[in-house]
Amino acid sequence: MSTLILAEHEGGELRPATLSVVAAAQAISGDVHLLVAGKDAKGVADKAAKIAGVDKVLLADSADYEHEIAENLAAMIVSVADGYSHIFFAATAAGKNVMPRIAAMLDVSGISDITEVRSDDTFVRPIYAGNAMATVQSSDAVKVVGVRTTSFEAVAAEGGSAAVETVEAAAISDQVSFVGQELSTSDRPELTSADVVISGGRGMQNGENFAMLDDIASKLNAAVGASRAAVDAGFVPNEYQVGQTGKVVAPNLYIAVGISGAIQHLAGMKDSKVIVAINKDEEAPIFQVADYGLVADLFDALPELSAELDK
Amino acid sequence: MKIIVGVKRVLDYNVKARVKSDKSGIELANVKMSMNPFDEIAVEEALRIKEAGNADEVIAVSIGASQSQETIRTALAMGADRGILIETDELLQPLAIAKLFKHLIDKESPGLVILGKQAIDDDSNQIGQMLSVLTGMSQATFASKVEFDGDHLKVTREVDAGLESIKVSLPAIVTTDLRLNEPRYAKLPNIMKAKKKQLDIIPVADTGVDVSTGLKVIEVNEPPKREAGVIVKSVAELVDKLRNEAKVI
Ligand SMILES: Cc1cc2nc3c(=O)[nH]c(=O)nc-3n(C[C@H](O)[C@H](O)[C@H](O)COP(=O)(O)OP(=O)(O)OC[C@H]3O[C@@H](n4cnc5c(N)ncnc54)[C@H](O)[C@@H]3O)c2cc1C
Ligand SMILES: Nc1ncnc2c1ncn2[C@@H]1O[C@H](COP(=O)(O)O)[C@@H](O)[C@H]1O
Repeated sequence: MSTLILAEHEGGELRPATLSVVAAAQAISGDVHLLVAGKDAKGVADKAAKIAGVDKVLLADSADYEHEIAENLAAMIVSVADGYSHIFFAATAAGKNVMPRIAAMLDVSGISDITEVRSDDTFVRPIYAGNAMATVQSSDAVKVVGVRTTSFEAVAAEGGSAAVETVEAAAISDQVSFVGQELSTSDRPELTSADVVISGGRGMQNGENFAMLDDIASKLNAAVGASRAAVDAGFVPNEYQVGQTGKVVAPNLYIAVGISGAIQHLAGMKDSKVIVAINKDEEAPIFQVADYGLVADLFDALPELSAELDK
Repeated sequence: MKIIVGVKRVLDYNVKARVKSDKSGIELANVKMSMNPFDEIAVEEALRIKEAGNADEVIAVSIGASQSQETIRTALAMGADRGILIETDELLQPLAIAKLFKHLIDKESPGLVILGKQAIDDDSNQIGQMLSVLTGMSQATFASKVEFDGDHLKVTREVDAGLESIKVSLPAIVTTDLRLNEPRYAKLPNIMKAKKKQLDIIPVADTGVDVSTGLKVIEVNEPPKREAGVIVKSVAELVDKLRNEAKVI
């Protein structure tokens, strides 16, 4: 038995998500191998080889993998998939785009978003926005799995010394081409791996008011998130959305500001260690999951909070 | 060009799921069921494409129990032209659903298939991607904008760091994200008209598709509950608790 993991990386660095997928794979018997596919990706492969618990790194270095095109990555993975009993992905936008393709190519079920490895063939995954946890068992020859990264504590990025083996790039698809991207640039920690997250909802009223959250985020080295309502209203871009159909976060501290606490939002943050809610409506459902609730107008509370943090 | 849209009947998004006491699944008797919200967005997008003159027929497909006819009727009332139900009482895994869609695609030869990115009951986010492999049609997931460009589509996609755009050749499979459009409501006269639209029912056995998969649900449990917390009286008290009690800042 052995597990192959699609490593995720950008700008020459591994994404933190990959370290959590390695953690999940360590619960499976056998070796853990990482596939690094990318353009000029030797440096990333060398970093991957240092991850604690990784036994081998496969490097597919080709301009074809400059962008995360599902068809091309899937063909690459399947070309090296022989002999692996498990193929793991992070349950990120990139991972979700590819994982089911691999399952279909191998004619096996895909297992989305696992939060627990019970044994080599049995996993736990949330369904219904996390209001139920399904224990599922696979009899397929290969287990193709998406890993909810917030449920597995990242392994150390250093400490390993795996060999890097170069592999041939696979054929690419002529049905799809990359056109462009609009990516957010921020010096803040990445939302899904930040220790502190402060999110704003419809109560923020507009995008300008998110500056108040930015100010507090700077003081706490936090990432800024949002509810769907805030994204739909155009206050902040889509990548801020926390929830069932956005990003799942589980920081040490989550601060929800002007967010009511709909099922779909809770699904993305209820595994946070400490939850704070600031809302002027004492009946808001967010208070049912909050460790500390403050019933207040956010336009009073946020400036006060900013000042208090300076003390 | 024909467009196939997937419309799944799911527990309404406003209803909190309750685990059955025998742990076999979720209580679905006597609760409000609705069309998967991402599928409403799929239907809307298909209708707009047809209205713009880029398609001539929109076919709403559901796979599930007999009651899924209501979900198809909702799509027909929104404006879809006809419906197909593949009827089964079994809860099928995504791979089986994808194979059943492929069966219909082989028969109907659509130029475009629009599905939701995720069904809000199983939260799988798999079927569009699987179907792309099974049919060889191009894949464009998590779409927030779809534009026609000759025999290609330009699709803007919601990704973790922002937006990405790709160009894919037709025929293609698109899965919808939340910002693609705002679905219309069905108007009363259209609800009446929808009752007369064609809706074919195919028993799953008649498709000849092998719907067995290697994945089984052993049990379904409640998630761990969070203890209710405290209401603090002031920002100062909040910061004090975070510093000295929870020790998280
Ligand atoms: C298919 C589907 C998927 C979804 N996915 C997600 C998802 O991933 N993430 C997500 O978040 N939602 C998601 N939703 C939406 C979800 O159902 C809710 O509509 C949304 O979370 C509400 O956002 P909100 O709490 O910001 O807004 P509201 O529910 O409008 O709440 C605003 C809150 O702000 C408070 N407030 C207003 N003014 C002030 C003030 N001055 N001071 C203090 N408090 C104030 C109000 O009391 C209220 O509680 C999804 C919905 C569907 C149908
Ligand atoms: N039983 C079903 N009937 C019709 N469409 C479905 C069904 N299951 C899934 N789909 C479609 O596939 C999408 C993704 O579902 P999933 O991969 O299960 O999260 C849904 O939004 C639907 O468009």
